[in-house]
Amino acid sequence: MRSGSRLERVLRSGRFAVTAELNPPDSADPQAVYERALVLAGVCDAINATDASGANVHMSSVGICALLTRAGYEPILQVSCRDKNRIAIQGDLLGAAAMGVRNVLCLTGDGVQAGDQPEAKPVFDLDSITLLHTARTMRDDGRFLSGRQLDVPPRLFLGAADNPFAPPFDYRPLRLAKKIEAGAEFIQTQYCFDVPRLEEHMRSVRDLGLHTRAYILVGVGPLRSARVAEWMRTNIPGVVIPDEVIRRLKSVPDPKQCDECKRICIEIIQQVREIEGVSGVHVMAYRQEELVAEIIEEAGLLPRRWQPHYQRNLQTEEVFE
Amino acid sequence: MRFLQNHPLFLEKVYRSTSALLRPLRRWLIPGGAVERVFVETERLSKGAIFDCRMCGQCILHSTGMTCPMTCPKTMRNGPCGGVRPDGHCEVFPSMPCVWLQAWERSKAMPGYGEEILILQPPVNHRLKDTSAWINDLNPPVPILPKGW
Repeated sequence: MRSGSRLERVLRSGRFAVTAELNPPDSADPQAVYERALVLAGVCDAINATDASGANVHMSSVGICALLTRAGYEPILQVSCRDKNRIAIQGDLLGAAAMGVRNVLCLTGDGVQAGDQPEAKPVFDLDSITLLHTARTMRDDGRFLSGRQLDVPPRLFLGAADNPFAPPFDYRPLRLAKKIEAGAEFIQTQYCFDVPRLEEHMRSVRDLGLHTRAYILVGVGPLRSARVAEWMRTNIPGVVIPDEVIRRLKSVPDPKQCDECKRICIEIIQQVREIEGVSGVHVMAYRQEELVAEIIEEAGLLPRRWQPHYQRNLQTEEVFE
Repeated sequence: MRFLQNHPLFLEKVYRSTSALLRPLRRWLIPGGAVERVFVETERLSKGAIFDCRMCGQCILHSTGMTCPMTCPKTMRNGPCGGVRPDGHCEVFPSMPCVWLQAWERSKAMPGYGEEILILQPPVNHRLKDTSAWINDLNPPVPILPKGW
């Protein structure tokens, strides 16, 4: 193990992994991060710190990760290429690794037009794939993109995103292969609401043998109501929600829609778990952390055996290294 | 001239012959001189009219289905992002068809270079902006790839 990541250890041991997304606060108060992390930490193996997702500004992912590692949590640093050029990104990777971050999710990022400040300058100096390659060069070759040597390379478990639900469907598995070739070791997919489409995608993934080269975590999450579902699919880039799901939600009365949403999510987790090549789930819920905890519990994914940092180092490091 | 992009097979042949034509002239195609100025204007006019070329100076058209990846709002050079809409349009500009969807379809019609869409492309070298990609291909004024790549 090159990274020393707890998530990597869970995945390598063959256990079904669970990661969850922390909604970054619009606040300078660290307590806001800790409150949300507390709900998630007991039910997942690693917590994703998003990097201004949807191009909306929030507390930075590096800042959140610094707070999380300080408290002994296992964060996944999301890095988007939209706001930072290669100089800033490589510096952030070193800084994050120095603070104890062991997982990085390399993303291209949503366009600035999707967010609350569409007049901002989009950077996109790197893309997810060149970012993965850069991070791997830093870790494995111990040097920056410029060729300059690092004194101590960062130990990182590298991840990438995949969207099996966006066209062109026949190119998606090949693009995933490209990401794995560039260095991705784990994959977190976009929200899955269409299991048959995912099954088809996973068939091609298995044909290419990609599931043996990277751990695939399928993105899932509860909706809140039929109205929210409609809003999400028109406003959040890359989220595809089939009409059937919306019809099913509309068929129940308003106050009960939230329960129905939860039920749908649990059903999807259980179906996804049966697909060969799926190593875990990544649970995302927009501003509803408590729901995430309930869903993970009711889907039968507990206990997660969370241990504080110091104990982990004492007990398991030798066994797995 | 944009309609030419829908004939990738023809464009592939044009690329192959231009490439074969320029290679023997390599010795005279020096960056930074009058020759380059002529080339820059020629490329701006020809590739501009056909591909909406953005003059990145490191053309990979033949590897991207004869569709310019720099016209993607995120300037993606390694494939489509995850935001492509179900109708095949761009996440950033809903009225614009995804550049990469077109690139993928067109590359399937290119027997010679079509497979190159699977190649891992390095990050863009921004120092080469507004220079001649044809000259840079033969005699790059600076190394195109970062040393650590």
